[in-house]
Amino acid sequence: MSSNSQKKGFGATIWDYLTTVDHKKIAILYLISGGFFFLVGGVEAMMIRIQLMKAGNDFLSAGTYNEVLTMHGTTMIFLAAMPILLAFMNAVSPLQIGARDVAFPFLNSLGFWLFFFGGIFLNLSWFLGGAPDAGWTNYASLALASEGHGIDFYSLGLTISGFGTLIAGINFLVTIINMRAPGMTYMRMPLFTWTTFVASALILLAFPPLTVGIFFMVFDRLFGANFFDVTMGGNTIIWEHFFWIFGHPEVYILILPAFGIFSEIFAIFSRKRLFGYTALVFATILIGFYGFMVWAHHMFTVGLGPTANAVFALATMIIAVPTGIKIFNWLLTIWGGNISFTVPMIYAVAFIPSFVAGGVTGVMQAIAPLDYQLHDSYFIVAHFHYVIVGGVVLAILAGTHLYWPKMFGTMLSEKLGKWTFWFFFIGFHLTFFIQHFLGLMGMPRRVYTFGADQGWDLFNAISSAGALLMAIGILILLVNVVMTVMKGERVGNDPWGDGRTLEWAIPSPPPFYNFAQTPLVRGLDPYWIEKMEGNKEGMVYAEPLGDIHMPNGSFIPFVISLGMFIAAFGAMYHTDGHAWALPVLIGGLAITFGSMLVRSLKDDLGFHVTKEELIADNERIQREARALEGGKKGGLK
Amino acid sequence: MAHDTHDIHRSRAEFEFIKRKRATEMRGQLTSFAMMIFLTLIAFTLVAADFSNYLIVPIILLLAAVQVVLQLYNFMHMSNKGHGMMAFFMFSGIFVAFTIVLTMVTIVWW
Repeated sequence: MSSNSQKKGFGATIWDYLTTVDHKKIAILYLISGGFFFLVGGVEAMMIRIQLMKAGNDFLSAGTYNEVLTMHGTTMIFLAAMPILLAFMNAVSPLQIGARDVAFPFLNSLGFWLFFFGGIFLNLSWFLGGAPDAGWTNYASLALASEGHGIDFYSLGLTISGFGTLIAGINFLVTIINMRAPGMTYMRMPLFTWTTFVASALILLAFPPLTVGIFFMVFDRLFGANFFDVTMGGNTIIWEHFFWIFGHPEVYILILPAFGIFSEIFAIFSRKRLFGYTALVFATILIGFYGFMVWAHHMFTVGLGPTANAVFALATMIIAVPTGIKIFNWLLTIWGGNISFTVPMIYAVAFIPSFVAGGVTGVMQAIAPLDYQLHDSYFIVAHFHYVIVGGVVLAILAGTHLYWPKMFGTMLSEKLGKWTFWFFFIGFHLTFFIQHFLGLMGMPRRVYTFGADQGWDLFNAISSAGALLMAIGILILLVNVVMTVMKGERVGNDPWGDGRTLEWAIPSPPPFYNFAQTPLVRGLDPYWIEKMEGNKEGMVYAEPLGDIHMPNGSFIPFVISLGMFIAAFGAMYHTDGHAWALPVLIGGLAITFGSMLVRSLKDDLGFHVTKEELIADNERIQREARALEGGKKGGLK
Repeated sequence: MAHDTHDIHRSRAEFEFIKRKRATEMRGQLTSFAMMIFLTLIAFTLVAADFSNYLIVPIILLLAAVQVVLQLYNFMHMSNKGHGMMAFFMFSGIFVAFTIVLTMVTIVWW
């Protein structure tokens, strides 16, 4: 493999991406497929809002509405938000700690393909007899009663993609513990790396309960077990516990990387060191711990009794404290800073009030008696959309603008970005703010229509209009992406001009080995330190230039995941008594385990990039940088 | 490549130090091996002596916990340097699992 990037044919590029183990390319795969599922989930959201636009609407039937709402939630959480955040984690955190790749590049690729095939499997349900319809929480009594294969698509699809996420989480943990550059102590790690670290730990501890729950669900539905069937001595509430022991940490798995992205943005565009870095790290870890202590606040109305409700109510309120610490630290980072309102910074500033609004309604729901009133109403819908859209989605949009140049080497248009922001931001508040009041007026969630005599018409119409604005915002973003790709104007190492961490010290996009020489980190915000000391290279090095050992690409992760995808069909149609189902199940598993065997028996020792190649490549990079300086100056300034 | 290979040159004193350290470690392993056999004997005796189940079960669980700790520290090298992060993750995992089980058997089904 040559380090000189030559123009490759279309087929060669596709093959390259199918076999890649490079964390930067896997990041792009995550971004594209996560973005695709984000659009799918968005279309489902629009269908929900069209249906609820006016009283007694018949755009969707009751059954289809249940499917659309279930798939909207499931797609957005598992197939859009998490993968897009994993895209940023992959693209940025190895660069931030000065590593050449993640600890297990092969597993990184396997994690992506498992997620991808799981997501495709789940969405094929639309074409194969109906999607899951028991809500994204898939409560057991409802799920076991659901006819058709919808729920099986849910449980098998999430099992496969859940494996992928778990693998990704473990990979980041090992990477961040073991592969930090010399001098990169824990308390010098950029906050995005810290939040990646804690979110990965949460993935490690939270996904097993989900896997167990879903396994029970698969066995109940497909193989005649009775874990959740009350009439056979099972317990239907157990599913809710399993789901929420996973589900609440899942919320933090989403929001912590979002906090990380915003922390980077506040520091970069205020041109200041993060205020209270230590407190921010401490708060991140604390949120991670508390995340496991509060799951039953989703189940106040199940009837756990006053003791459990009181304990979980208190535990839930405590989480507001570390989150509050973070909010104040961000405000004090901006305070007195030299602020530039670029697109990422606008998102970050808009995030603070939006997220605080979602947090405050969260504390309201932590009060168990009040939750009895709010439960299952649109107030809840408003709350979690304020947290997830106001927190996670704003972070995803901000991160897309911030890291686009690092991932693709071009700059998204600031002007179109601002248009996206205003449409999306106004649309978001228009859609969801009013839903608080719909909830207080008694409108229940997950019901496909409402009557004209209930007095909810106007507010629902306003809410739907807001959703339209959000959709326009996203369309402008798509136009922005297409235009940027078409134009293809290259930018330099540090296109924002104020990068502080190591990823901005290397070319955009970085060479496939990231760092020709491992950097030596001399403090928090290493690139900023070097810049301030007038170091033109942006780095000091921890080692002399030498050969670099890199992993070979591999097609095996794709095949392993494909095998599981095929096996899932076999497992599902086996219950219908098709003769071909069992061979398909066995064949799929044979493909999976066979390719694992090939991987284990065949030695793949990778290859070396020689010192001469590195020198030649470095000359090419210098040449391109000079050409960039000579031509139009890339980036903001 | 350059940074993957390690040449090890040890001085006499270093060699002696490592030797002494390994001897101590070996002694620790043998001691804990003996202790573990002794603990297992206690467990078997308890069952053979036919005590009440309410006595046997908690004691065996306690002995098992002691065995796990001995195993981790003396045989799986948790006592060695550089295992801090591993210990942190193990104990947080145990803590989380323990609180969940505790909650389940106490307040959730009151």
